[in-house]
Amino acid sequence: MSSHTEHTEARDDAQGGHLTESREGGAVAVADDPFADPGLPPHEPRRQDVDERAAKRSERTVAFLFTLSMLATVGFIVSYVAIPIDEIVFIWPFGHVSGLNFALGLTLGVALFCIGAGAIHWARTLMSDVEVAEERHAIEATPEVKAHVLEEFRKGGEESQIGRRKLVRNTMFGALALVPLSGVVLLRDLGPLPGTKLRHTAWKEGSLIINEATMQPLRPEDITVGSLTQAMPEGLDPHSEDFNVEIAKAAVMLVRLEPEDIKDERSADWGYEGILCYSKICTHIGCPATLYEQQTHHALCPCHQSTFDLADGARVLFGPAGHPLPQLRIRANDEGFLEALGDFDEPTGPSFWERG
Amino acid sequence: MKKLSARRRHPLAALVVLLFALAATGGLYAALAPAGEAQADASAQSLAIEEGKKLYDVGCSSCHGAGGEGGSDGPSLVGVGAAAVDFQVGTGRMPLQAPGPQAPEKPVAYTQAEIDQLAAYVASLGPGPAVPDASSYDPSQGDAARGGELFRTNCTQCHNFTGQGGALTHGKEAPALDNVDPRYIYEAMVTGPSNMPSFPDTTLPEDEKQDILAWLHAVNTSESPNPGGFSLGGFGPVSEGLFAWTFGIGLLIAVAVWIGVSTAKARKS
Repeated sequence: MSSHTEHTEARDDAQGGHLTESREGGAVAVADDPFADPGLPPHEPRRQDVDERAAKRSERTVAFLFTLSMLATVGFIVSYVAIPIDEIVFIWPFGHVSGLNFALGLTLGVALFCIGAGAIHWARTLMSDVEVAEERHAIEATPEVKAHVLEEFRKGGEESQIGRRKLVRNTMFGALALVPLSGVVLLRDLGPLPGTKLRHTAWKEGSLIINEATMQPLRPEDITVGSLTQAMPEGLDPHSEDFNVEIAKAAVMLVRLEPEDIKDERSADWGYEGILCYSKICTHIGCPATLYEQQTHHALCPCHQSTFDLADGARVLFGPAGHPLPQLRIRANDEGFLEALGDFDEPTGPSFWERG
Repeated sequence: MKKLSARRRHPLAALVVLLFALAATGGLYAALAPAGEAQADASAQSLAIEEGKKLYDVGCSSCHGAGGEGGSDGPSLVGVGAAAVDFQVGTGRMPLQAPGPQAPEKPVAYTQAEIDQLAAYVASLGPGPAVPDASSYDPSQGDAARGGELFRTNCTQCHNFTGQGGALTHGKEAPALDNVDPRYIYEAMVTGPSNMPSFPDTTLPEDEKQDILAWLHAVNTSESPNPGGFSLGGFGPVSEGLFAWTFGIGLLIAVAVWIGVSTAKARKS
């Protein structure tokens, strides 16, 4: 109590003195630095430092937190053993959650939190909090040490005979220079370059168009105006090793428009009685752009909202896509199934540098 | 024969022939006429159409035209089928309250009996999908795993992975599908309301629609288990990241500040 008051008074004195001195004359004011480091404020004891009962209370709190942590750890082990993995319980406000997940998370969380909270409470209330200033030492070494190190280095060079035995030195340089080449050579594994793979898909002349929902070939009468059908070329086996590679380029969607709604003549030509078959891989970065609004005939990509007008040759209306969705030329074969007239005219999927 | 031919010019001969002809026609009719029950059905159906027409004239014709032919304010209803009416009116989307980007769901304005009558009338305008049987949209009959695959191929792009819905262009939206009666989801798939494309039985057969309903029932009702707790709208990394960054990191900052402030002193200054 008293120390604090004294300190304030002392500071008031100093300030008063400073003001009077500076008023007296400039010469004295220079000696009295106006930005002088005030130093650390005087240490003030905490309640726990002066009151043993408060310290005891802190000790009990810390011990309580640590004990709680122990109990929570025991609870973790018990719930791991006791709660079945598929038990669903209702816990407000989380809803129908897995009982095991909830119990494990809660107990482990409490166990870790209590260790941390106990340690912090301990440090804040019981460990010494006296401020200590530690001066930095100079980073530079002394001249003697520097001279000694340089001398040692010179002696080492001499003893290794590296300056005298040029053959050893030069072959060593050669070995060190060549070693990194092995790493450079491994970069070839980033390749080989895709070649023309990006320009071809699994569609061939006469490929039937398989409905992805039923895995049956589609007939023109299956596809009604306003409907949306996801399809793939015949001959792809969803369980085969390269299915994902192939479907990533070959996936298509089929829509049917009233013939008078189709604005692009070539697009109408490439369809069959108003049925248009477009690649559904967005030309931006390859998400499936099948968010189809049947009244506006717009297909959107859910990733970046690129919008294609399927009534107008899948022209890009909006968004980052750089090219229209490629259209597949289709016709009906003699048995009444839809089939492709050939592969896509241009590469499907995300644009790439050499796409043109 | 002679006796008969002798009397054929008798004044009552015409009357006798007439009686025979009437008896034969009546007998044939009794033997070949459609069953009485079907007759009752047909008249009930025409009665429903008649009643539906009255409701239609009052509630719908101002936009959809006197004969369902459509107009500048509403599309033609010829060929949309009973399922479209049951969906649009049964979920309160129709009658429309005000023109806008999309008809919102509202409290239903008609009783189910009236909706059935309206549906019967609209169905009579042209062939279209009928209201499905309860057996075709029973989620417990479907395969949820297969339904999940179908949902991800056909529905996820608009309705989100677990049917939480999402935004479309110009104020339109794909609605959330949680706690929607499977019947209306089925009808929406068949009819393609508003900007939703339709998924007719020819491309997505009835069984597969039922699988999709089973999937939605498994992941998307208030009773569906959600082992991880808060779904945060089911939007995935966006909402989860937002939650972690604001609440998680906010909490950490608060704790760090608490650690850093000086401890209570013995004496307040």
